[in-house]
Amino acid sequence: MKLYELTIHEAHDLLKRKEISSKELTGAVLDRIEAVDSKVGAYITVSRESAIEQAEMADREISEGKMSALTGIPIAVKDLICTQGIRTTCGSRILENFIPPYDATVITRLKKAGAVIVGKLNMDEFAMGSSTENSGIKLTHNPWDLVRIPGGSSGGSAAAVAADMCLGALGSDTGGSIRQPASHCGVVGMKPTYGRVSRFGLVAFASSLDQIGPLTKDVTDCAILAGSISGYDPSDSTSVPKDVPEYTSYLSEGLKGLKVGIPKEYDAAHGLDPEVSLAVKNAVKVMEKLGASCVEISLPHTEYAVPVYYVIAPSEASSNLARYDGVKYGFRDKEKKSLMDMYRSTRSKGFGAEVKRRIIIGTYCLSSGYYDAYYKKASQVRTLIMRDFNKAFDICDVIVSPVAPTPAFKIGEKSDDPLTMYLSDIFTLSANLAGIPGISVPCGFSKGGLPVGLQIMGKHFSEEVLLKAAYNFEQATDFHKRKPEI
Amino acid sequence: MKITREDIIHVANLARLEMDEESIEKFAVQIDEILKYVETLNSVDTEGIVPTSHAIFLTNAFREDIEKQDYDKDSLLSSAPERENGNYVVPKIVG
Repeated sequence: MKLYELTIHEAHDLLKRKEISSKELTGAVLDRIEAVDSKVGAYITVSRESAIEQAEMADREISEGKMSALTGIPIAVKDLICTQGIRTTCGSRILENFIPPYDATVITRLKKAGAVIVGKLNMDEFAMGSSTENSGIKLTHNPWDLVRIPGGSSGGSAAAVAADMCLGALGSDTGGSIRQPASHCGVVGMKPTYGRVSRFGLVAFASSLDQIGPLTKDVTDCAILAGSISGYDPSDSTSVPKDVPEYTSYLSEGLKGLKVGIPKEYDAAHGLDPEVSLAVKNAVKVMEKLGASCVEISLPHTEYAVPVYYVIAPSEASSNLARYDGVKYGFRDKEKKSLMDMYRSTRSKGFGAEVKRRIIIGTYCLSSGYYDAYYKKASQVRTLIMRDFNKAFDICDVIVSPVAPTPAFKIGEKSDDPLTMYLSDIFTLSANLAGIPGISVPCGFSKGGLPVGLQIMGKHFSEEVLLKAAYNFEQATDFHKRKPEI
Repeated sequence: MKITREDIIHVANLARLEMDEESIEKFAVQIDEILKYVETLNSVDTEGIVPTSHAIFLTNAFREDIEKQDYDKDSLLSSAPERENGNYVVPKIVG
């Protein structure tokens, strides 16, 4: 038995029966990282020593009979979630040596649950990108085909889970950054409802869209990890004071009576690959066989999600990233003798091209004379996109769609064409604009052997319905059982 | 509206970014293309539509005004590139 191949719930059972220790499990994962990460490039930092200490502590807790579903489980974290004492780079040169003085609330929760933090994962710089090629630190390769991108921005998280270099991971999703890499790497990834998971200690990209969520090997693990990080946090004034259901208890409910909405606009989406379209149609048939009924719905403002997002997200980012000025943390160009020169030089040397591009777009859209034409207009169309979903959810419980229009593309293929890259986010952006939850679950493979994901979206705070639908689909198929050869 | 290299220089200055000639030219073309695409929003009738800045209905999150200290000053200051006597150090501002 290869311990690193275990899911969270399988490892939990073995730990509980004392057939393995967390130290053995953590050691196996750390060895796996050493063996394959030179090819994949998922980790920016491996926290070997503190991971072994945490594993020993977990073993003591287990021997005392104190155990949660995550006690002793090796988890890795996207490198924009603050971890006390462990470098947190955001994939950026400007934070290359930043060691946070505190833990994000999700990390505090994981530690309280007894999880072992094995390291920090690569990402597009400040989460801006769909391929992890915008990382200022390194490249990450898709474990299914190393010449391809793992997706992004949580590309390191998805690749690490797919390559068995952790049992589960945390990512963040501002426009699809959990779901799209999960789809490209053949793992499960969920963006919870906005406000479900605390953003305290998550380095901000676009504050009205960002949400932390899990990436895992199967849906059961997704339910476990989502449950452990969710819930109200007084330190995040946008977190919602609402009880978190016991997600795992909903999984085995069947799909009888579930109404699945199929958006009629999605088939005509720009660049939708016929193989992806077919995999999603087949998935719908499986759900129907399991007792769900399908209904055609309309989301008439779908085509505007990309332009709305690429005004709102850069606008919020341009404001959020103003804090990187070389004063409080991160890189500073110490050669410059005036304050203004120090600001300019620090930011210009610290940020990569995509981050600068979005800061400029955002600053332009918010600048005097253009605010109404861009930011206000986009925020009004955002309202219309939300109304589309509200109307659709009058007649269906969940909406299914592709996650990405194509399987993973090759490294370098789109990196100099930002607009084409943005257009590939068409199926995922709307959920962030509307604040609704979405999950990606493996639903097929292309002829070339690349994974394809199915997206299931639901009403605000209906994560248990998404997890139930995804679980039933997963158990009726075997796509989640395949593993890449590295 | 065509994005010119002057627009890029102006906005880069507002955002405290320096750019070389090559980046200015490249950004002007790319950002013009992106904003042209954004302008497809003009075909949507938004007369009387209330803008959304936040997707979840939340009223103000009030709490009691109780003084507390979550982190000590030194640990927060430890991240600063330059610091002295409990303060951040910046280049000289007043001549």
